[in-house]
Amino acid sequence: MGHKSGRRHFLKRGAAALTGSMVGLQVVFADRIPAGLSLLGLPTAGDIPGKRAGLTILNDRPVNAETPPHLLDDMVTPADLLFVRNNGIPPSQIDIDSWTLTIDGESVSTPKTYSLAELKQRFKVYDYQLVLECGGNGRSEFNPPAKGNQWSTGAVGCPRWTGVRLKDVLAEAGIKEDAVYIGYYGRDTHLSGQPDKIPISRGVPMHKALEDESLIAWAINGEDLPLMNGYPLRLVFGGWPASTSGKWLSRISVRNQVHDGPKMGGMSYRVPCKPVAPGSKVAEEDMCIIESMPVKSLITYPKTGGLLRDRRNLSIRGKAWAGDLAVRKMEISIDFGASWQEARLSPPPNRLAWQAWETQVSFPEKGYYEIWARATDTAGGAQPMVLPGWNPKGYLNNACHRIAVQVV
Amino acid sequence: MPKSPPWPWFLVGLLVFSLLLGSFFLHQAEADSVPQALEAEATEAPPLDSLTGFIATGDYQIVVANCTGCHSSQLVLQNRATANGWRDMIHWMQETQGLWELGDNEDKIVQYLATHYAPEATGRRTNLVVEDWYEIRP
Repeated sequence: MGHKSGRRHFLKRGAAALTGSMVGLQVVFADRIPAGLSLLGLPTAGDIPGKRAGLTILNDRPVNAETPPHLLDDMVTPADLLFVRNNGIPPSQIDIDSWTLTIDGESVSTPKTYSLAELKQRFKVYDYQLVLECGGNGRSEFNPPAKGNQWSTGAVGCPRWTGVRLKDVLAEAGIKEDAVYIGYYGRDTHLSGQPDKIPISRGVPMHKALEDESLIAWAINGEDLPLMNGYPLRLVFGGWPASTSGKWLSRISVRNQVHDGPKMGGMSYRVPCKPVAPGSKVAEEDMCIIESMPVKSLITYPKTGGLLRDRRNLSIRGKAWAGDLAVRKMEISIDFGASWQEARLSPPPNRLAWQAWETQVSFPEKGYYEIWARATDTAGGAQPMVLPGWNPKGYLNNACHRIAVQVV
Repeated sequence: MPKSPPWPWFLVGLLVFSLLLGSFFLHQAEADSVPQALEAEATEAPPLDSLTGFIATGDYQIVVANCTGCHSSQLVLQNRATANGWRDMIHWMQETQGLWELGDNEDKIVQYLATHYAPEATGRRTNLVVEDWYEIRP
């Protein structure tokens, strides 16, 4: 695919040893370097603390890495396979004994501050499986291209989160009648190194904040959050862009207006309020905040590129999710959308978790096939087969997932 | 002793030969249908800066000096844009992310990026690319 060719090209061909030069040298015999030899100094996924080798690294500063679909086959996403999305630099000196969470803001009745231990003791603890998906998941497919991390399908996961309900914590602090939004602040630092700049501070409207599944979480699958996913504390809002789920959480402000922290305004995590043609220039005032993510699905078995030898039947399976909604139907096509067969779809373990699906496909003859997966949500909305509406920042690409298979 | 006529044996021989020939071509056809690994690009690969991966021609050193202080080159290398697109990104970084004034270097940087990292024609949705075909185990 076009956007990735530069990076893959670089990874395959660069291999000269680093020198002390500030800018580096030309790789003189670049075209003779054996394929697969990786450039010294480039990180592999095993170099990201807490993450398993096999993630696709998009960027090493800030660290951004996504999970290939075949590694999302577990019903509960393992912590070391959950994607990484950094806007800035994670905090380095973390003393959990002195870490605090402050509830403040113009619409809080009584500001409160809690230590981690107090948080865990004062409020009832809950476990939920919740889908976390980056708003820009799928961005790499947009044409014309949109700026930002060029995610393919892997900025999504559904681990089990443990924490307390945000609504319970807010209830103790008291919410004034004019409360409209909550905004989070975390302890990550800005890429520029400037101490007064905040990398990101977003939030959600009160109705989302007060849902049962909206968590202040400290654990994934029974273990401490990985550093890259917000250790020691974060918010989790299942089904909304993951940028609302603030990491390295230190403060939640109850606002009497739509929150206005960095990356809440402008073009960030916004799409045109009215649909536009691809490549359009859109004024900031015509951009609307993304809330519930759209319906989407993945084929997690088999991995794309499979050869089916001497047989014509194949079991396939995957996951499906639909933002604040649920998935009511899952379909598969092996003829580019000309015909669809329905797959068996399981209910989610709880609201805002993903759902497992599986089916068997039968290929009529030998040849090259693509398996396309299409989920339909409980409001009747389905995934598009080509790209959905173009938007300047390349958010919300929920086009059908495709894998290639050859019957030989 | 009665002599067996030669032609049935000839037919048997022809049949066996045809079967062997047929299975040979069938095998070849199967082998051909399994795709080879992606070939390297036909055009000559441009030289790359070993430290950052930037295409090492023209004003790339100005780009490295100004564009890898906060984030790494990989953020740039992922993206493709027109000259206007790259300039918009630079202005956004200056307005909101603490990027400094670039002076005369801005035009050079934009020109370099628009030349080497321009949008590629991909159509509404690109084809799937498989780098390594593998056997699906039963």
